[in-house]
Amino acid sequence: MSDTHANSIAFVRDTELPPAPPPVAETGVIRWMRENLFSSVLNAVLTVLSLLVIFMVLRGMIPWFWNSTWNANSLSECREMGSGACFAVIRERWPQFFFGFYPNTEYWRPVLTFFLLFPAIAPVLFNRVPKQALLFSMLYPFIGYWLIWGGSLGGPVGTLLGVVAAYLVYRVLVQHSTVLALLAGVAVLIIWMLFLNDFVIGQLSNLFGPGLEQVDSRMIGGFLLTMILGIVSISLALPIGILLALGRQSDLLIIKAICIGFIEFIRGVPLITLLFVANVLLSYFLPPDTTFDLVLRVIILITMFASAYLAEVIRGGLAALPRGQYEAADSLGLDYWQAIRLIILPQALKISIPGIVNVFIGVYKDTTLVSIISMYDPLGVVQPILSDADWNGILWELYGFVALFFFISCYSMSQYSRYLENKLRTDHR
Amino acid sequence: MAMAENTAKIPGVSDEVAISIRNMNKWYGDFHVLRDIDLTVQRGERIVICGPSGSGKSTLIRCINALEEHQKGEIVVDGTVLSSDLKNIDKIRSEVGMCFQHFNLFPHLTILENCTLAPIWVRKMPKAEAEEIAMHFLTKVKIPEQADKYPGQLSGGQQQRVAIARSLCMKPRIMLFDEPTSALDPEMIKEVLDTMVSLAEEGMTMLCVTHEMGFARQVANRVIFMDAGQIVEQNEPEEFFNNPKSERTQLFLSQILGH
Repeated sequence: MSDTHANSIAFVRDTELPPAPPPVAETGVIRWMRENLFSSVLNAVLTVLSLLVIFMVLRGMIPWFWNSTWNANSLSECREMGSGACFAVIRERWPQFFFGFYPNTEYWRPVLTFFLLFPAIAPVLFNRVPKQALLFSMLYPFIGYWLIWGGSLGGPVGTLLGVVAAYLVYRVLVQHSTVLALLAGVAVLIIWMLFLNDFVIGQLSNLFGPGLEQVDSRMIGGFLLTMILGIVSISLALPIGILLALGRQSDLLIIKAICIGFIEFIRGVPLITLLFVANVLLSYFLPPDTTFDLVLRVIILITMFASAYLAEVIRGGLAALPRGQYEAADSLGLDYWQAIRLIILPQALKISIPGIVNVFIGVYKDTTLVSIISMYDPLGVVQPILSDADWNGILWELYGFVALFFFISCYSMSQYSRYLENKLRTDHR
Repeated sequence: MAMAENTAKIPGVSDEVAISIRNMNKWYGDFHVLRDIDLTVQRGERIVICGPSGSGKSTLIRCINALEEHQKGEIVVDGTVLSSDLKNIDKIRSEVGMCFQHFNLFPHLTILENCTLAPIWVRKMPKAEAEEIAMHFLTKVKIPEQADKYPGQLSGGQQQRVAIARSLCMKPRIMLFDEPTSALDPEMIKEVLDTMVSLAEEGMTMLCVTHEMGFARQVANRVIFMDAGQIVEQNEPEEFFNNPKSERTQLFLSQILGH
C-alpha cells in the first residue's frame, strides 16, 4: 500500500493480502453474550429480569415435582405423605386416561393398534421407507377398525372389498376422464355401502365366525378417542381439502359454487354446533332404522370442518404460484390433472406446510370438544375424577397430564413439519 | 402475404406449411389485442417478431399453442385445427415447444427431472430412455454437468438453456420463443442466442419474439414488425433493416438501433 500516493490514480495490486484472524474480543462466549444478552442497557435489564422470572418458576416447580407422591389412595392421603404433587391419581386412573371405559380385558387391542400405527404411517411420512410398505398403510384402517371395535372379521373385509371395487372402477375409467373416474368411484362406493355391504358382510361373517368381542363406541375414550378422531379426521381432511381448494379455482361454475358454498358455510359455523348436529340432528335426517355410529358421525363432521379450513390454506399456496408454472406445464402438453399432480400441488403444498400443520394441530386439540356431547375424551375423563370424593380438589396434576399428552403429540407434528420443510427446500437461498 | 410465396426459395425451407393463421382476432374484454392476423409459416422457417411493447407479439405466439384463446379466425398447426377441443390442444402443445421470458423451470424438480417429466408423462416413455434423451439435449446446450442440480442453483442463462433443452426433449417440430433473453444479464444473452442459432442451423421451425436484432440478421429468414395488434411490415432481414417501408417501422428501428 505504501506505493499508492494520493496524487497517483493508477494502482495495480501485485500481492494478495493473507486472511487474518478476527480480534480476540470479537469471538467466543464473551462476544456471544455481549451480542445476545447485553447488547444495550434495555437488553441487559430484560436479561436480568428474565433470569429472575425463570428462577422463581423453577423454585416453585422443582420441589413440587421432587416431593410428589405416587402411592396413595386419596388426595388426603397424598397430602399427609408429601407436600408436592399428587401423581397417585394418575397411577390409579391411567387406564381411563388412555382407554376411557374400554373393557380392561381387551386393552391389548388398542395398544396393538397404536404400535401398528408406526409401520403404517412411516411410508407416508418418510420416503426412505420402501414404497411396498404403503400396502400395509392402506390395509391399516381396516385392521385398526377391526381391532378397536371388534366383531367379525367379515365387517372390515366386506368394506375393503367395496373400496377395492370402487378403485377398480376408477382405474378403468381414469384413462378416459379423471373427473368421471373419481365420480364413478365414489358412486360405486356409495352404492356398495347402501345396498351390498350388509349382504356381503353377513355372508363373510358366517364364513369368518364371530371374531373379537364387540366394543361399543360409547366405551371408547381417553387418549384413544383423541387419537382415533384426530388421525382419521386429519388423514381424510387433507385430500378433501385439496379437492375443495382446486374446485374453488375451477372454471366449472357449478363445482366452483358448490365448493365455495361448502367452505363458507362450514367456516361460518362453530365446531361445537357441528358436533351437536352429529350427536342429535343427524339422526333426524337419516332413515329411522340406520344405526350410524356416533364416533363415525363425529369423524365425518370434524373432517368437514378441517377440510374447509385446509382448503383455504391450500388455496393460499395455489395462489402463491406464479402463472408461469401453469403455462410451462400446459406448453409441455401435460393435461390438467398431470399438471396439478406433478407441478402445482408439490409446490403449493410445500408453501402451505406451516398453515396445513397449523390446521392439523388446531383440529387435533379441538377433538376435546367432543366432551360436551358426553364422549369421554381426556378432558371428559377428568370430570368424573373431580367429582369422586377421594380426589376432590385435585386439578394441576390431572390437567397437567392431559396437557403433557397433547403437547407431545402437537410438538411432534410441528417438528415433522419443520423436517419436511427442510427436506423439500430446493431454492438454496 | 407476398412473402409467404417467396420463402420456398430459401435453402432449408420446404413447401410444407407448419403454421397457418387466417384472419385471427383476439380481444381482452373490449380491448382488441390482435386484429386480422394472417400468417403462414413454412416448415424450416426462422421468423423473428418485433415491435413496441403492447403490440401483441407475445400474445400472437401464445395463441399458437393455445396459452391464449383466440376469438375469431383460424389457426392450423401442423395440420391440426386449434379449437376448444382439449384433445387437439394437447396434441398441438406436445408438438410445439415453448421458451418463456422467465424460463418457468419447475423449481421443485432437478434439471434432469425437468427435462424427463413431459416425455415420461405425455409421451409415456420409459424413464431410462427419457433420461438418455434429456442428457443428449443437456449436452447439446452445454450443461450436462448440472443435471442433478435444482433450477435455483443455476444462473439465468443456464436456466434458459435448460428450458430450451426441456422443450427439445419432447422432439417438437416447431419452437416458440417469447423474449427468451429479455430477463438475462448482458453477458448471459450470448450463450442463449448461440444455443438458438445452432437450433436454427439444424432446420428447426422457429418463431422468436425478440429485440436481439443481431440475432434476427444472422438467422431469421423473415422479420415481422407488429404494432397495435397488427402485422405492419414483414420482409427479409436485409431489406427490413436497410430499407424499412413503413414510417412506424422506421421510427421503431431508429429507436432500438439508435445507439
